[in-house]
Amino acid sequence: MNETFTKAMARNIFYGGAVFFFLLFLALTFDTVQTLPKRDHRENITDSVVRGKHIWETRDCIGCHTLLGEGAYFAPELGNVYKRRGGDFIKMWIKGQPTGAPGRRQMPQFDLNDQQLDDMVAFLKWTSEINTNNWPPNIEG
Amino acid sequence: MQYKSQAVAKPYFIAAIGLFLGQILFGLIMGYQYVVGDFLFPAIPFNVARMVHTNLLIVWILFGFMGSAYYLIPEEAETELFSPKLAWLMFWVFLVAGALTIVGYLTVPYATLASMTGNDILATMGREFLEQPLPTKVGIVIVALVFLFNISMTVLKGRKTSISLVLLLGLWGLAIFFLFSFYNPSNLVLDKYFWWWTVHLWVEGVWELILGAMLAFVLIKITGVDREVIEKWLYIIIAMTLITGIIGTGHHYFWIGTPEYWQWFGSVFSALEPIPFFMMTVFAFNMVNRRRREHPNKAATLWALGTGVMSFLGAGVWGFLHTLAPVNFYTHGTQITAAHGHMAFYGAYVMVNLTMISYAMPMLRGRSANSRSSQVMEMWAFWLMTISIVCITLFLTAAGILQIWLQRMGTSPMSFMDAQDQIRIFYWAREFSGLVFLVGLVLYIWSFFFKNSEAQAAE
Repeated sequence: MNETFTKAMARNIFYGGAVFFFLLFLALTFDTVQTLPKRDHRENITDSVVRGKHIWETRDCIGCHTLLGEGAYFAPELGNVYKRRGGDFIKMWIKGQPTGAPGRRQMPQFDLNDQQLDDMVAFLKWTSEINTNNWPPNIEG
Repeated sequence: MQYKSQAVAKPYFIAAIGLFLGQILFGLIMGYQYVVGDFLFPAIPFNVARMVHTNLLIVWILFGFMGSAYYLIPEEAETELFSPKLAWLMFWVFLVAGALTIVGYLTVPYATLASMTGNDILATMGREFLEQPLPTKVGIVIVALVFLFNISMTVLKGRKTSISLVLLLGLWGLAIFFLFSFYNPSNLVLDKYFWWWTVHLWVEGVWELILGAMLAFVLIKITGVDREVIEKWLYIIIAMTLITGIIGTGHHYFWIGTPEYWQWFGSVFSALEPIPFFMMTVFAFNMVNRRRREHPNKAATLWALGTGVMSFLGAGVWGFLHTLAPVNFYTHGTQITAAHGHMAFYGAYVMVNLTMISYAMPMLRGRSANSRSSQVMEMWAFWLMTISIVCITLFLTAAGILQIWLQRMGTSPMSFMDAQDQIRIFYWAREFSGLVFLVGLVLYIWSFFFKNSEAQAAE
């Protein structure tokens, strides 16, 4: 880099650029937060959905599965599992683990009671209704 | 080593390398579980192994950053550290908290751990990378604040260089953005939106400032190039980092319920994110070519150049590969993401820490460089680890492409597990590459135990 471009100029670009783009980021965030109620259908977040999210978190489901594409890539996407499998299948599946099939990937048994299973389904149902710009590409997730 | 108090960096570096070894061992367990699904089940389920793998990574990189700061700041500020005692105290607090957390993951079911540690009072657990129990998260904040107080006071009483200012900015940013890990709304979309304020604004934001400062420091030391030139480069690189990276957060806001306009903002700005990494590569090679001295530590020079190249490939090229929204629509949440994650973390944050350790450890042990045989061993470790991470990345990329083809394209897409069964061969190849990585890491650790009788005395 030549001599006319000084360290002070580089420093000013850094501070100016960082502040400008952080403010832009804040503005976009403000707009996003304003827009979200239309997209996340928060009016449907019942107590059951809230409890379901808590169960999702305290069993570290994200350590194997993805949810809206984020998480681990060891087990299927669950953001749309309610649409793929339905609530009854989800409950049956959770209750039936682990399969014990030799050499196959295993899911732990979490000993959820009926209420907890319903909450889990409620959370996954609400999640499947979020407007994700049509992601995933197909029902397989 | 010019200042006695720099010595406190040493335990931080040793802990970092120890935890690094643990991270790799759990990586190998997970890699094996990808092909032999019931391996170690139910003792260590995959999600537990993954928490240990990723959390050890974060903790050892933080150890590396803190050790680097304790080494770098006194030398830049030309004064002793404000309080070496506090630095030692925080070392033990962080190590014990980290160890207890890992033991907790491995010995107690996660739900039990959550209720034992107050997760019902303030629920923060069970989100990717932020799985730590509440006391650990609070501990991280305390350690970070005491650490920042210590180094900020050191800079305040001494010389204020651009390198220390940039490092301080990065580290303060690290602490501030970690605070978002305590915000966990019951609305999943909001949860995810602000979760990225910790995760993305760390690794594609403030951590790059830390990386840049560490690399600039080592380059000044080993090349002898004028500080003005190096600091000018540093500023322009980190300017590009934040100009592209802050709005670049948008590449995580394509499919999580956030508005469509993020597809434009995220695609355009994150497509520019490789620029600062490319500049870093040019920077490293340029400075080494213009060197005004022949530093005896060839290994540190190799790590510094490697950081430039591998961070560009891993973060820059492999990031760009799947960052445009129409591409990401298909690649999101597949092995492509895993491929990018592995090479980016290794190329940027693992390698910059190893660069710093490679430069500073001989100094901390009273010599300007290790013996020739020790350096040769370290360079073998460099190549084994670097080549195997490239192989891991290529195998996971191949796995990802096939996974997308089988599961997300065409008229009769396969289910997730059916597609996984089709791509096993790549998971085997990845696991084999992981074993080579372990060999490289063992050689790296071994290189510290070489006889250094022929080594040169410290300057």
